[in-house]
Amino acid sequence: MSMSREEIREKVIDITCDQLKVSRDQIKDESAFVEDLGADSLDIAELVMEFEDEFDLEIPENEQGIRTINAAVDFISGKATK
Amino acid sequence: MPDALTRRVVITGLGCVTPVGNDLEAAWDALLAGKSGAAEITLFDTRDFGVHFANEVKDYNPDSFMEPKEAKRADRFVHMAMGAAKMAMHHAGLKPGLYQPERAGVVFASGIGGIRSIEEQFERYLRKGPKRISAFTIPYLMINSAPGYIAIDLGMKGPNYSTVTACASATHAIGLAMRHIQLHEADLMICGGSEAGISILGLGAFTNMGALSTRNDSPTTASRPFDRERDGFVMGEGSGALVLEALEHAQARKARILAEVLGYGFTDDAYHITSPDETGVGPARAFSQAIAASGLKPTDIDYMNAHGTSTIFNDRTEAKALQMVFGDHLSHMAVSSTKGHTGHLLGAAGAIEAVFTVRAIETGMVPPTINFTTPDPECGGIDVTPNQPRRREINYAMSNNLGFGGHNATLCFGKFRG
Repeated sequence: MSMSREEIREKVIDITCDQLKVSRDQIKDESAFVEDLGADSLDIAELVMEFEDEFDLEIPENEQGIRTINAAVDFISGKATK
Repeated sequence: MPDALTRRVVITGLGCVTPVGNDLEAAWDALLAGKSGAAEITLFDTRDFGVHFANEVKDYNPDSFMEPKEAKRADRFVHMAMGAAKMAMHHAGLKPGLYQPERAGVVFASGIGGIRSIEEQFERYLRKGPKRISAFTIPYLMINSAPGYIAIDLGMKGPNYSTVTACASATHAIGLAMRHIQLHEADLMICGGSEAGISILGLGAFTNMGALSTRNDSPTTASRPFDRERDGFVMGEGSGALVLEALEHAQARKARILAEVLGYGFTDDAYHITSPDETGVGPARAFSQAIAASGLKPTDIDYMNAHGTSTIFNDRTEAKALQMVFGDHLSHMAVSSTKGHTGHLLGAAGAIEAVFTVRAIETGMVPPTINFTTPDPECGGIDVTPNQPRRREINYAMSNNLGFGGHNATLCFGKFRG
């Protein structure tokens, strides 16, 4: 995949806005999905599914590190450049 | 009669989302004006189907009643349930803080729940595999998501569940909600039903059973209850809700009382899973039980909102039951089926029809049976209030529904007298 980190970040934010019904200006790089954006366990499951679909990768079920927008972008960038 | 059952239960709020109007005033005006909500189906492509029309709810926006995020996590039938329930609460002048959460409950019915979501998620599975089945699938499809979401939104922590008896579902919900108040298990109940079954499986299966009208060239005249030229029912969708309160609870807060719920009759044909026992004995027993439970005689009844689905099976069976229970009194009472306007809302039918029945008592207007041109001799002696509404004093009225499974459920309402 040849997406830049910035492109990945844009997509991650788009998906997050759509899934959690939050506006773009509510989202910062360090926003946590649960604590800051109001996601519950079902939202997280859906978000992971959308990220997997969009970036064509697998996020392991026990991937606890993806708590924030930044962490999601890092994880996806890492996978996507491998 | 046991002491507990003497507690009186009154109706203080009504709400509905229907194919002929997305609130009570719009729907009631359409009923009196004789308007049908039937039209070409827009929810999905019906090209390969034998029936292309239904009574859809039009331009309904769930975001008026739910947070967009909550709406996204719920099926269409929950969207409409939430609208009906919240409009009924508004009508009753109630909001959280004005009642004790533990003394408020919800009984909300549906016949088939989130069937469109089941179809969508199965399609996703076929296209993308099991890992893409939405995590929201279970709350999408659960029939009890409707009372669950209503309870969360309105903070009601008392009795809460769904009733599922096909086209009698909501009628059972209302009767049981009344019972919870009579038994002092709650002081306030929201009850009713919601249905959004106009879907690939719903339309296809009812068509293949031969249950639906195939009058594709004239959707608005297709649902013709008790008319000899009928050829089946027309699918509908929507939701109806009633706020029930213990009389003293309503009086303590000086609520406007719309009518009183007096009693119900619940029976089963024990005969066939989809066909009614054509003797009419099953619904006749439900009528008689509802009348007796209300402390009335058949001759006290002024109006019945009949199930009147516009199928030969239903209409003739129901007519026999009416003839059996009411006899000569039929010439003195009004009967009508509002399914000519709304189509058949299946598990929500009993909810909107109870709403209409209460409205009829309150306003002294009987909504007509539309599309009635040719009397069916098998339904003789019944004044179905053909085509035009009629003004008359209604002291006692009934609402009746029959469901696949042989379920017969009848409610009895009365004008409130203090």
